[in-house]
Amino acid sequence: MNNEIVIKTDKLTKKFGDFTAVDEISFEVYKGEIFGFLGANGAGKTTAMKMLIGISKPTSGAASISGFDVYKQTEQIKKNIGYMSQKFSLYEDLTIMENIELFGGIYGLSYVEIKARGKNLIDKLNLQNESDKLVESLPLGWKQKLAFGLAILHNPQIVFLDEPTSGVDPITRRQFWDMIYEASHKGITVFVTTHYMDEAEYCNRICILVDGEIKALDSPEGLKRKLEAKSIDEVFVMLARSAKRTE
Amino acid sequence: MKQLISFVKKEFNHILRDRRTMLVLFGMPVVQLIIFGFAITTEVRNAKIAILDNSKDGITQKLITRIESTEYFDVEHSIVSDQQIEEAFKSGKIKLAVVFQPNFQNELSHSNKAQIQIIADATDPNQATTLTNYISAVVMDYQNELIELNKPPLTIETELRMLYNPQLKGAYISVPGVMALILLLVSAMMTSISVVKEKELGTMEILLVSPMKPWLVIISKAIPYFILSIVNVITILLLSVLLLDMPINGSLFLLISMTILYILCALSLGLLISTVTNSQLAAMLISLVGLMLPVVMLSGYAFPIANMPDALQLLANFSPAKWFIIIIKNVMIKGVGIERIWKEMLVISGMTLIFILISIKRFKIRLQ
Amino acid sequence: MNAVEIKNIVKKYSKKKSSVTAVNNISFTVEEGELFGLLGPDGAGKSTIFRILTTLLLPDSGSATVLNYDIIKDWKEIRNIVGYMPGRFSLYQDLTVEENLEFFATVFNTTIQENYELVADIYKQLEPFKHRRAGKLSGGMKQKLALSCALIHKPKILFLDEPTTGVDPVSRKEFWEMLIRLKKQGISILVSTPYMDEANLCDRVALMQSGRILEIDTPQNIVNRFEKNLLAVRSGNMFNLLNDLRSIPQIESCFAFGDNHHVVIDETDFNSEDLKKYLISNGHSDISISSIEPTIEDCFMQLMKK
Repeated sequence: MNNEIVIKTDKLTKKFGDFTAVDEISFEVYKGEIFGFLGANGAGKTTAMKMLIGISKPTSGAASISGFDVYKQTEQIKKNIGYMSQKFSLYEDLTIMENIELFGGIYGLSYVEIKARGKNLIDKLNLQNESDKLVESLPLGWKQKLAFGLAILHNPQIVFLDEPTSGVDPITRRQFWDMIYEASHKGITVFVTTHYMDEAEYCNRICILVDGEIKALDSPEGLKRKLEAKSIDEVFVMLARSAKRTE
Repeated sequence: MKQLISFVKKEFNHILRDRRTMLVLFGMPVVQLIIFGFAITTEVRNAKIAILDNSKDGITQKLITRIESTEYFDVEHSIVSDQQIEEAFKSGKIKLAVVFQPNFQNELSHSNKAQIQIIADATDPNQATTLTNYISAVVMDYQNELIELNKPPLTIETELRMLYNPQLKGAYISVPGVMALILLLVSAMMTSISVVKEKELGTMEILLVSPMKPWLVIISKAIPYFILSIVNVITILLLSVLLLDMPINGSLFLLISMTILYILCALSLGLLISTVTNSQLAAMLISLVGLMLPVVMLSGYAFPIANMPDALQLLANFSPAKWFIIIIKNVMIKGVGIERIWKEMLVISGMTLIFILISIKRFKIRLQ
Repeated sequence: MNAVEIKNIVKKYSKKKSSVTAVNNISFTVEEGELFGLLGPDGAGKSTIFRILTTLLLPDSGSATVLNYDIIKDWKEIRNIVGYMPGRFSLYQDLTVEENLEFFATVFNTTIQENYELVADIYKQLEPFKHRRAGKLSGGMKQKLALSCALIHKPKILFLDEPTTGVDPVSRKEFWEMLIRLKKQGISILVSTPYMDEANLCDRVALMQSGRILEIDTPQNIVNRFEKNLLAVRSGNMFNLLNDLRSIPQIESCFAFGDNHHVVIDETDFNSEDLKKYLISNGHSDISISSIEPTIEDCFMQLMKK
C-alpha cells in the first residue's frame, strides 16, 4: 500500500426530496487498500456506492475516482473500475467461458487477452472441468468467486464489492477473501461492504456510516482501541445503536 | 366473509396505488375508443378527387354538385385534362377521378345509357373500394330520382346499400372490438398478473400457509377486476353513445348481461393463465400474445373473418372475443333479442365453464 | 409431544436434465418450547425443510409431523397453527405497516386487538411508522413487521426462514432478543440462518451443508466435541502470516477469523514457542499466539472438511 489517493470525496451529499441519504461524507482511499464500508440497513451505503461508481449523480459535494470526476467523467470511471453486486453478477444461462468472453468483451479486452486471462481465472478457481457448464449449475460460493474474478479481469484500478459473501459457506467465504487479499497485493484497491463483522477486521481501514454520516474511519485496531471494544462487532453496535434514522 | 372483504380492500389498495395499473385500466379504454373510433376508421372524409367533365351538361353539373356536397370528397378544380389526372395520381394529389363521357345527357336520354368512368388509386385497396362505393352510391341515388321523374325505364340498375350502417361508420366496428379487447385485457391479463405477482413476491406462500381457503383467495382476486370491468363497460358505452353516436338498438339489460357473461369468461381465463405461469412477465406475454393478438386478428375486429383462410377461420372459433363481438353487434346495432344470440351465449358460457374447471384442477394448494 | 419430527426426508428438484438433491435423508426432532436453529450457507436445504414442514412442498420420501399433525394428511390443521416467515421479504410493499398487519390478521381470522399482547413488544417499535408503506422501511424494520404478521394469529410454532439475512448486526441482535422473549412465552421456534455466530442463541442447532446434517446438538456440546487443538495467531502482516502458516506441515488448516488467524493443529505435542520462532525467522513481528476455544464456525468448517 502506498499513499497514492485513488478515491477522494469532499462533502459528498445525496438528497431525495427533503431526505438526506448521504450527508457530506469526506474520505480518501489509497491505492491497493482494502476499504470496508459498513453501516446499518438504510445508513446510506448503497447510495454512496452508486455515486462513486458513476451511476447516480450527487446532489452536492465533490468526488473523484482514479482522478475522474463523478459528475462529468462517469464514462472514464466505468472503464477504470470493476463492480460486483450481490444481486446480479453473472448470466446464469451462459456457460462460465461465455460469461468470461462476454465481460472481457464489454471491457474491450482483445481476443488473445480474454483467452489468456480467462484460462488463468479458470485454473485459479479449479474450474477446468466445468468451464463449459452453465453458471446456474455452480454452487453459490463458486459463482461469487467467479464473479469477483470477472470484476477484476480487466485489471481495474478499483473494484467495488457490494455484500459479496452473503449466504456463502464459511470456507468459501474465506477463500473469497484470499482472492481479495491477492487483488489488493497486486495494487487493486478494494472497496467492500459487508454484514459479516469478522470480515470488517480483514480490511486495512473501515468507515462506519450512521444516518448518512461518517461516524468512524480508522483501522480496525485503531477503532477498537479508541472505543475500548473487543471486536468490530462491538464497535459497530456502539456506534449504530445511536442511529436516529429508522429508514 | 371478513376475510373476503379485507382481501378485496387490499386488492383495491394495490390497484389504486399503482399509477401504471390505473393508467392501463382507465386510460386504455378511452384512448383505444378514440383512436379506433375517430383516427383509424374505414370511413373516408375529404378525400381529394378530380372530376373531368367532357360533357358539361345539366345532368353532369347536377351530379358534380351532389358529389361536392358530400363530406367525403374534396374536388380539385384545377384538373381539367387526362394528362393532368395522370400527373395528379402519380404525385398522390388525388385518390380518385370521375370522368364523364362526352354527350352524357344526350346518350342517357336517347339510348338510356351513359358512362361514368371512376378511376381510383388502388395502392390502398380498402380506401379505393370505399371511395368508389361512395361515388357509385351518389350516382345511384341520383339515378333513382331520375327514374321517378322520367317514366322510361333506365337500364343501368346497380344496387348498393350499406345495411345497418348506411353512413359506413367506423365506430360500428370499433366499439364492439374495443369492448371485447379491453374487457379481455383488464379481466384476464390484470387478474393473472396480480395472482402471479403474489407468487413472485412470496406472499402466496404466506397465504397458502394460512387458514384462508385457496378458492377464497382466487375469488377475492377476481372481484376487484370484475368491478373495474363493469366501470369500463359503462365508460365505453357512454363514450360510444355520446361521442361516437352509436345507437343501442337492443335491450340494455340484455347487453349488460351478455357483457357480464363475457367478463366472467375473461376472468376465468385469467385465473387459468395464473395457474400455469410463475412470473409476471410470462403472464403478461401469454395474455398479450395469447389473448390480444387473437382478438385483434381473428375476432373479425380488424379483418373480416370471411376473408380468412379456413384454418384461421376455424381457429377464430376458439376466441371468446369472436362470439362476444357477434353478440354485441347484434344487440347494439341490429337490436335483436336473446332468440337470435343464444348460440353465441352458449359458446361463451361453455368456454367459461371449461376455463374454470381446468383452473380448479390445476390450482395447487402447494408450491410447484 | 414433539414440536417437529422429521424422519428420513428426501427432496429432489429436477432442473432441466440434472436433478439436485436439496434435502438428502434428513431426520431430527424439535421439542416443544425449544428454539431450534438450522445453520448453513445457501443451498444447504434449509428453505426446503421449512416448505415441507409448512405443507407447501411434498417430500419425495420420508415423513414428518408438526405438533403430531402429519404434514401430508393434516395439512389443513398445520396451516392453522403455524406462523411462517419465508426467506424473502414477503409482505405487500405498497400497503402500509398497519394495513399489512390488519390484512394478515383477518386472513388468519383474528384482529390486531385480540392478540395485541403477543406482538405489542415488537409492534410498539413499528407504531411510529404505521402509516408508512412497507416497501419504504429499512431491512431491520421490515423483518420486525414480517415477524409481527407471522405472530398475529398466536401460532403454536414459528417457522422463520433466514429472518436476519442481509440485516445489519444491530437489527440482528434486536431480532434475536425478540425471539428469546417469544420462546419464554412457550412458542416453539424453528429458525434458519447463515450467520454462525447466531448459533449460540439457540437451544440446539443442526449444522447443514448441501442437503445433509453435519451435526446436531446444543452449541456447547458441538464445541466440546471439537477434537483438535486450536490456536489464534496474529502478527504485523496478516496476509503473509496466512501463507506462512499454511506452509507448515503440522498445521491442518488455517483461516482468517476476524483479527486473528485460526489454526487447527493435527498433533497434540505442538509447541507454540517453536511456531513463534519460525514466524520470527520468516520476518514477522508483533506475534501473538494463544490457545482458544473453538467457535461454532470453527466446528462447522472442520465438519465441512470431513
